[in-house]
Amino acid sequence: MASAPAKLPAWIDIGLLPLINVALAFVVSGLLIAALGQDPFEATWIMLRGAFGYEESLGYTFYYTTNFIFTGLAVAVAFHAGLFNIGGEGQAYMGGLGVGIACLALDQHLPFALMLPVSILAAALFGAAWAYIPAYLQAKRGSHIVITTIMFNFIAASLMVYLLVNVFIKPGQMSPESREFATSAWLPHMHEALGWLGMEVAQSPLNLSLFWALVCCLLVWGLIWHTRWGYEIRTVGANATAAVYAGIPPARIIILAMCISGALSGFVGVNELNGVQHRLMLDFAAGYGFTGIAVSLMGRNHPIGIILASLLFGALYQGGAELAFENAAFTPDLIVVIQGLVVLFSGALSYMLRGPAERLYLRLSLPTVVEA
Amino acid sequence: MKKLLATMGAGVLVLAAGAALAGDKTPAVVFDMGGKFDKSFNQGVYDGVERFRKETGIKYREFEVKNPTQREQAVRKMAQRGSDPVLGVGFAQASAIEKGAKAFPKTRFAIIDMVVNQPNVSSIVFKEQEGSFLVGILAAMASKTGKVGFVGGMDIPLIRRFECGYYHGVKHANGSATVYANMAGTTPAAWSDPTKGAELAKSQFDRGADVVFAAAGSTGLGALQSAKDNGKYAIGVDSNQNYLHPGTMLTSMLKRVDVAAYNTFKSANDGSWKPGIQVLGLKEGGIDWALDEHNKNLITPAMKTAVDQAKADIIAGKIKVHDYMSDNKCPK
Repeated sequence: MASAPAKLPAWIDIGLLPLINVALAFVVSGLLIAALGQDPFEATWIMLRGAFGYEESLGYTFYYTTNFIFTGLAVAVAFHAGLFNIGGEGQAYMGGLGVGIACLALDQHLPFALMLPVSILAAALFGAAWAYIPAYLQAKRGSHIVITTIMFNFIAASLMVYLLVNVFIKPGQMSPESREFATSAWLPHMHEALGWLGMEVAQSPLNLSLFWALVCCLLVWGLIWHTRWGYEIRTVGANATAAVYAGIPPARIIILAMCISGALSGFVGVNELNGVQHRLMLDFAAGYGFTGIAVSLMGRNHPIGIILASLLFGALYQGGAELAFENAAFTPDLIVVIQGLVVLFSGALSYMLRGPAERLYLRLSLPTVVEA
Repeated sequence: MKKLLATMGAGVLVLAAGAALAGDKTPAVVFDMGGKFDKSFNQGVYDGVERFRKETGIKYREFEVKNPTQREQAVRKMAQRGSDPVLGVGFAQASAIEKGAKAFPKTRFAIIDMVVNQPNVSSIVFKEQEGSFLVGILAAMASKTGKVGFVGGMDIPLIRRFECGYYHGVKHANGSATVYANMAGTTPAAWSDPTKGAELAKSQFDRGADVVFAAAGSTGLGALQSAKDNGKYAIGVDSNQNYLHPGTMLTSMLKRVDVAAYNTFKSANDGSWKPGIQVLGLKEGGIDWALDEHNKNLITPAMKTAVDQAKADIIAGKIKVHDYMSDNKCPK
């Protein structure tokens, strides 16, 4: 991160290179698909059409995008403080627990106008609380945050199963799920909201939390680059020792950044439970927290980049599902491989092409520099 | 776009139906998160629908869901493309099937392991407690130490129903017997961790148990292996697993999801399909215990008599096996 070279203009560094990386991932995926005896061009076409081709598919793509924006932002905020938050999964799960408890306790009493802020607050609170413990252990005891956050994912999963099986389950029901929330706790679906405006669109799980996700992008951008807290977070992330000399206590910043990070992850619970499932259930986090790491890396920890990366992953999720619908030869495992290749090329190998691109750019641009 | 897709779907249907009866529709199955090759529940359904395909030559559509939202998406999509009937695998798909059934009232839906009250849904549920009761009797009678074990998969009410039926079966045969019960975990990973299954079984053997009943998906395979390695008895679940380790496999509790899946497709195809609830227990042949050439030497005449008697009594209603899920309790 610190190695950002001044040589390459931004449009190449954050525009062209990621595109080339994604294209490379698709080329390798295509070779793999061809090796399996399928037509890679047809597969690409199905995936693209499945992700963007019609209203319902767009709805699903944006619905996944919403989740990835939340978890991507969460990872990014922690990253700016030099922390690698692997616990987005558990924090998202706990955020959902907060939403569930708030909705189950209050949905009979409060109207939607109050239910919504209460749900958002509960999600943030529970997500932040779940991140607070590893943050405290890192800040005060030196326990490495990567290890503790990973372990907290498992604790969250176990706690959720315990609570659902023993406490929240609707009696006499096979599935460990709570009762359905009252409609006052339902976040309107996008197709309903647009319906009120007179626009008719196909039904999909996309709901108004997409707007909250975009608001969060704005808030994170403001926080990181335009507030004192953001400055302190970035300072600690860049050099914790120097931060101490600047009068910034790293321990406090670590806890602050992790709590904000956890709260952002927790909003997955708003999208999933208030928006789609309308009840507390198992497994709704479904790996979104982990994918958030790739989203954040790919989006260079910047809200704009995160929105674009979230869109890419949303399209991969929805397009991949479409591929499995269309052709049974594309098993879910193959789709995970394709998604993995995209992560590999645009995340892990994102700097692979940086060197050659720099040399090429210099060779092409140097004469003009000399002339000028 | 939707119309185009519908037309394409119809084209596929016509091709797939081929030489079969005119007007046939492609059946569809939506597997749940375990995946269709989980060597257990989903795979049982897979075996059933494959049998249907081989017998009738009618292809079916399939999808394996990867997150909870895809359940509804898959069910709707299948119905949208004209698949009929649409079979949901597992209790987790209940709300997806319910929403799908409301949105597509002319399509026939079916779900295994859960009840959905809609006029176009057939719900197939099993009385696992009855089969667990029977294998509990066998376990108690085969045990020399008077101690038997139970290894469950993920700790959910369904598995506690197995455990509770087993417990009462053991107590029915031997009132002073001890039952050790362990669950492999609390996340879905608990269905696919044979090492954990083996460790849990081993710890129960170390405490004196000499029979273990594993109701844990592929985690159970580890428990069965551990029984073989330690010279103890094991009881399989869902499919007949007696063949895995002849000599130490006491029996298997059968839950015929394959038959349920096959019958769903078959009845929809020949027109005898009916909506409503089907409760498959011992009486209906949906639940049973396995006796074949692999375990016939282990089942003594006395054991067989006792189990047959209990089975007849359950069918006649003389023995009522407590259903954990009726009150989320197991009276002990």
